[in-house]
Amino acid sequence: MKKLMKMAVVAAMVLSGLAGCSSNSEPEVNECPIKIGLVTDTGGIDDKSFNQGTWEGILAYAEENNLPSTCYSYLQSTSDADYVPFLSQMGDDGMDIIIAPGFLFIDSLNEVAPNYPDTAFVIVDDVVEQPNVVSALFNAQEPSYLVGVAAAMKAKAAGATKVGYVGGMEFDTIKAFEAGYREGVASVDPTIEVLYDYVGDFVSADLGKALAQKQFNEGAYVIYQVAGAAGNGVIAEAKERREKGEDVWAIGVDKDQHTDGLLTDGSSAVLTSALKHAGAAAKECIELEAAGKFPGGTSLVATLATGGVGYTTTNTEAMTADIVAACEDAAAKIKNGEIVVGTVPNR
Amino acid sequence: MNILYDMFSLALMMATPILIAGLGGLFSERSGVVNIALEGMMQVGAFACAGLVFVLEPHFAPGSPMPIAFGLVLGAICGLVLSIIHAYACIHLKADHTISGTAVNLLATGVSLYACQIIFDQQRTPAFTKAISKVSVPILKDIPVIGDLFFDNVYPTFYLGIIIMILTWFIVFKTPFGLRLRSCGEFPQASASMGINVIKMRYIAVLTSGFLAGLAGGVMVMSQNTQFTAAAIHGYGFIAIAALIFGKWNPFGLLGASIFFGFAQTLGLYVKDISFLAVFPPEFFNALPYALTIIALIVFSGKYNGPKAAGEIYDAGKR
Repeated sequence: MKKLMKMAVVAAMVLSGLAGCSSNSEPEVNECPIKIGLVTDTGGIDDKSFNQGTWEGILAYAEENNLPSTCYSYLQSTSDADYVPFLSQMGDDGMDIIIAPGFLFIDSLNEVAPNYPDTAFVIVDDVVEQPNVVSALFNAQEPSYLVGVAAAMKAKAAGATKVGYVGGMEFDTIKAFEAGYREGVASVDPTIEVLYDYVGDFVSADLGKALAQKQFNEGAYVIYQVAGAAGNGVIAEAKERREKGEDVWAIGVDKDQHTDGLLTDGSSAVLTSALKHAGAAAKECIELEAAGKFPGGTSLVATLATGGVGYTTTNTEAMTADIVAACEDAAAKIKNGEIVVGTVPNR
Repeated sequence: MNILYDMFSLALMMATPILIAGLGGLFSERSGVVNIALEGMMQVGAFACAGLVFVLEPHFAPGSPMPIAFGLVLGAICGLVLSIIHAYACIHLKADHTISGTAVNLLATGVSLYACQIIFDQQRTPAFTKAISKVSVPILKDIPVIGDLFFDNVYPTFYLGIIIMILTWFIVFKTPFGLRLRSCGEFPQASASMGINVIKMRYIAVLTSGFLAGLAGGVMVMSQNTQFTAAAIHGYGFIAIAALIFGKWNPFGLLGASIFFGFAQTLGLYVKDISFLAVFPPEFFNALPYALTIIALIVFSGKYNGPKAAGEIYDAGKR
């Protein structure tokens, strides 16, 4: 019996070895006009944020250009230690363009990119200065302006005179959100006061909730949160108050946070969300690489005009036609340059 | 004065999970087992609670509190299950308590995220619709000052914490069982010589601490968050241990330490609006609760420095 088992195991090993050989011998490497690789950060491919968005951008490009599914793939990092080996593996596999979504990749890209000078790399939402890396950035102040318009119109309709802003940490990229928001609010009614607070980190939902409570108590009608996981607390507080019949709102960021704000009656406490479309940025970079025009060493800034940022109208009950019209009007003016949104908050 | 009441209500929100997890730590440490795995047990409890609430919600009438009740119970049970590992390693295998605790913390993060991935196909639970919300207690809230502080706009979980605290005080300090439990944390060999089963006592204590820490995790996610994420607990388990030490391994001291910590954290949020304090950079106030905790630990360090046998590996033959 034992002998039989051994033979079976050996047979299985030989067969699998053969199978490996046969697949290797198939010539399919050269069929790809472009080979695209994605390495996710620890958030995973379905994070409903940058990883997923980037992957959707790759899929959209593949569909438009009838790219065979063998020409693009992703590797999911399970820890920070995976970034360097995974990026290198993609490089060894002969990928033409490798995309790394998020600031977690800064160090690993600086290490790996010089080893593959002929490969194009893209970092999403941060800057890596290497000759073969493009930094895909977002003009966050522009969608922030639009949600500011929505916030102010909603507040005005309810007779409120204050709106709020809760940021994660007070540095330039996050302050740009505040700047855009403030300008958007002021464009509707300069007398509306914008309360602002910074959590101090991006993880403390309890502090986010406490700040939301503080601002709502001070009379804020709607709060725009740009605080990552800490921002969950802002949405939680808005939910709690709406559930009790109070008329207040939260505004989401980066992705559509409509479902995070769902209440027991099926409506949502999230008025709208300011979006960053990682997919649009990724697709643009791939198109440039495919055309041989990859702008290595520079930054590509996604704007309303390029379709890389935007806002949501998922909450159709709350985002009434006049608000959407005002947002669209403002968006058109930003696109044609009539309005230039600043990045320093005018407090 | 209104601002002060607002701040206090927030301080109680933050203090509640610290208090409940800290009481768990009290059971464990009083029996002689150091439990730095409170953080991990809270994490698993928070995940199980938030996950179950999301799953159950569609099966109950909208707004029903039942999913939350089931969620908290499951969270507590999952914390208890995780604590079995810590208990077995520390008591049976005679592992170093700190090393076992660290391992359980690492395991808890991995397990909860992995389970999220398998069950919900993402690294967090989906958002639940009904969270625990603040209540005002009729009549009692009209008492001047006390009513405003403790009975107006307070999470019901705070009262749950107070009930558990009183029960803990009674069990640990007023019953023969509690006396035996405490003796195991001071001089287990002497307890054994009097016929107390040290191993059994320590198992009961560690499992209780897991149950309470799991409950604290559920309370935290249901009263402060919209979903479970990897950052949902962010260090509260360790703060609970600090509060336990600060409170001299005493339930009432622990309550004071928890509220102190919550209030220090809230002060950091309001300080921007208090003109004479606003000259300091915001980072100063972010660090304030931790700095104050360290200072308080030094200032209030007195005679009792915790159960003598806590952290010591039990050796029945040692004299």
